[in-house]
Amino acid sequence: MSQSLRSSIGQVTPRVDGISQVCGAAKYVDDYHMEGMFYGRTVRSQIPHGVFESLELDDAFDWSDVYVATADDLPGPNHVALICDDQPALVPIGGTIKHFAEPLAVIAAPTQEKVEAAFLHLSAKVTELIPLFDPQDSLSKKIVIHGEDNILKEIQFARGEQDIEQALAACDLVITGDYQTGAQEQMYIEPQGVVAWWQHETCFVLGSMQCPYFVHRALKELYGLDDDQVVVKQAVTGGGFGGKEEYPSILACHATLMARKVGHPVKMIYDRSEDILATTKRHPAQIRHRLGIMADGTIGAMDVDLLFDGGAYTTLSPSVLSRAVIHACGPYRCPTVNVRGRVVATNHPPHGAFRGFGAPQCTFAYARQMQKAAHKLEIEPEEFHRRNMLRVGDVTVTGQKLKESVASEKVLDAVLQQAREPRPQVPSVGNSSNVARGQGLCFYFQGSGFSGNRESVIKARLSVAAMADGTFEVRSAATDIGQGAQTIFAQLAATELGVQLSSIVICNADSSRVPDSGPTVASRTCMTVGALVQQAAQKVREELQRFAAERPLENSGLSDIAQVYCVEHGELEHFVTFEPDPKLNWDAATFSGDAYPCYGWAACLTEIAVDLDTYEVTVERLIHAIDVGQAINPMIVKGQIEGATLQALGWALCENVVYQNGQIASGRLADNVIPTFVDAPEMETLIVEEPYSSGPHGAKGVGEIPIDGPAAAIANALTDALHRSFDEVPMLPERIAELVNQVGRQGDRT
Amino acid sequence: MKIELTVNNQVHTVEANPVSRLLDVLRVELGLTGTKEGCGEGECGSCTVLMDGQPVNSCLLPVAQAMNRDVRTIESLKDNHRLHPVQDALLQFGGGQCGICTPGISLIAASLMESEPDASRERIRTLLAGNLCRCTGYQSIVDAIESALQHGESAS
Repeated sequence: MSQSLRSSIGQVTPRVDGISQVCGAAKYVDDYHMEGMFYGRTVRSQIPHGVFESLELDDAFDWSDVYVATADDLPGPNHVALICDDQPALVPIGGTIKHFAEPLAVIAAPTQEKVEAAFLHLSAKVTELIPLFDPQDSLSKKIVIHGEDNILKEIQFARGEQDIEQALAACDLVITGDYQTGAQEQMYIEPQGVVAWWQHETCFVLGSMQCPYFVHRALKELYGLDDDQVVVKQAVTGGGFGGKEEYPSILACHATLMARKVGHPVKMIYDRSEDILATTKRHPAQIRHRLGIMADGTIGAMDVDLLFDGGAYTTLSPSVLSRAVIHACGPYRCPTVNVRGRVVATNHPPHGAFRGFGAPQCTFAYARQMQKAAHKLEIEPEEFHRRNMLRVGDVTVTGQKLKESVASEKVLDAVLQQAREPRPQVPSVGNSSNVARGQGLCFYFQGSGFSGNRESVIKARLSVAAMADGTFEVRSAATDIGQGAQTIFAQLAATELGVQLSSIVICNADSSRVPDSGPTVASRTCMTVGALVQQAAQKVREELQRFAAERPLENSGLSDIAQVYCVEHGELEHFVTFEPDPKLNWDAATFSGDAYPCYGWAACLTEIAVDLDTYEVTVERLIHAIDVGQAINPMIVKGQIEGATLQALGWALCENVVYQNGQIASGRLADNVIPTFVDAPEMETLIVEEPYSSGPHGAKGVGEIPIDGPAAAIANALTDALHRSFDEVPMLPERIAELVNQVGRQGDRT
Repeated sequence: MKIELTVNNQVHTVEANPVSRLLDVLRVELGLTGTKEGCGEGECGSCTVLMDGQPVNSCLLPVAQAMNRDVRTIESLKDNHRLHPVQDALLQFGGGQCGICTPGISLIAASLMESEPDASRERIRTLLAGNLCRCTGYQSIVDAIESALQHGESAS
């Protein structure tokens, strides 16, 4: 009997891994216990810049069962492999400490209590050096801490016939804005952690992570091992948001080094404070944006200068900057642009990947600029957007002609139409009647997947296998970190194979069992890796159908055919490798061409109330329209949009990473407040679908885009409510009060 | 010292320091790893368990204070093979993403079905304000709990 199954594409389907989660049965890294396991902890610097002279152990303490590992224990090169190899796994004795909470040594003991006690009985002897914190000081080489000029990465590109200054001079109006945005902690609720052990000459790591093959490569290089001598397995992961993209490599270096020394498995789980103090955050940014407008309300020129604080090491800053500069001019037509971005080194802990990856900072700046332009022109912001927005056939600032999948008009229409509907229940605004209200719009976009030709370099690979029990296994290194990758892959595979969702097994992201499908980043998992799942499933289906055609099996379902096939031939596995689209061209030297395979389009409209006694902001309404191409699972898409939106509101209104002398002073959850149930508005989420022809069923990315726009929508609403220009993130009550009480800025409505 | 604990209707005797965190005793001594640690300082609520029906942060509670009390963890919520209506609703509405906050939130929601079955959305939000979720934006969780309260047993 051939199965007639309704495709689950576009249908709400519960998470395939959901039951184990709601029952508390899902095993996260801290839930694993291994026989004879030791507990490890990292010894970190207490200064932002200096020389590590020695590690002092208190003689009065019983060190008999405590192990201490330093850089001297490393057999090979002392670096954590990533883009540049400038970050050591551990600062060597005599080496330079470049940031607060930098790893100096690892200790381990048979119990958690013993390792905590030992931790209090050792100290690092250091010689302090003058630290560098201000990115402007870094730029002016006040002190040089990286290379010859402190610049971790610089990208500059220009478009148009004219020189930017001439083009701006030819405009009828030039708006110059200076914007600042703060760092942001990912604050996944499960802190970072791994368990590591060695068997013979093979190194094993089980951990909370986004990218098992990043960890795999770092360990291979650290110990000089072959591919099959390193096995990295993802445990169920309690959130990532970019924070578990590059950092787990460092933790895995430490835990494996210690496990090698102890000869037992070693578990290392960060406590919340260590996680906040030591791991990467969103790059703080300073952006100068000059926008030239013609009298008819069209954009004539844009000049954008970005300065990001990279912190002490390169980490992923070059990639973050790349995404930032491509998004710096927004979803608008503009004949002349000049964009320069620089990430500079400071003695702050390294900044790195966080959902949005450079786009939220830029979106904040350009969306404020466009609001100011509309105000000067005395037209509604939506009218300004419509006059300038990119549509099919238009060319972006990198010279990319948009051939399809442009939902600029649709997303704007969607939020404006929704705004005419009655709003949901409004939370009460304190007890105050002294309230100012305002409305703010942000229209924006984000490239889906990797920029340029990165996918061609990665050559993502995965397989789908037909198994003897009639199930089909998807074997990819894409991790589910809560975003629903397993469910989406199961839906894509089941649909392609024409089998029940329950016939699909998603193989754990374990480097000994799955090929390298690239990292779980850049809103690429559904669009790029999902397309490969579809292709591999298609190959399996076609082969099984050919097999069935020669036997009395034509009318059997694919699961039944698979069982017969496996009896005769054993498991059937088909691999696929990413093939670049020959129609896409990118020149990395000039930053010109097809920057992304496609873009997602978005609009966010907020209505806020500011309590004029406390300056607290209540978001009374938030309408968010996001174009995702095709929602494979609307429940999961809605969850991605709502979750990212609230993270954006946190960044805009309450999350404040405070640095004091290079140390993060907001080192606890109580100090680094994230939004709670009562802070979150009732969101009106609109899924817009403008299909992308190469995405699975038309799907594009959704993971990151919704985090880019809400902060600017809030700033535009605050500006509307209070007639001051809100150009900084976060907009804390004390900063709002300061602006309101500033004399001489009355009446600035932009 | 020996400490007698009633957890999920089972009596356990464990050897523990009376000031050990209830969280550690549950996870390490009793192997009930469904209770999660997110911050260790009572801020995130991931370690929520019910004690005599009331939610408590097990990371802040010395185990001695749980003696002679009825402790319930996430492992007890499912009735044999049948999900609790709250668990079912969280699944149907996408109320869990990474899942680390889900056990704590599920327990509070389950206690709410007993104590305040008529709770409004705003009331649900207030009662859960001590439980942080970084993935969902909370809305799907509120939707799920609201549905579970409205439909009770019929949700499963």
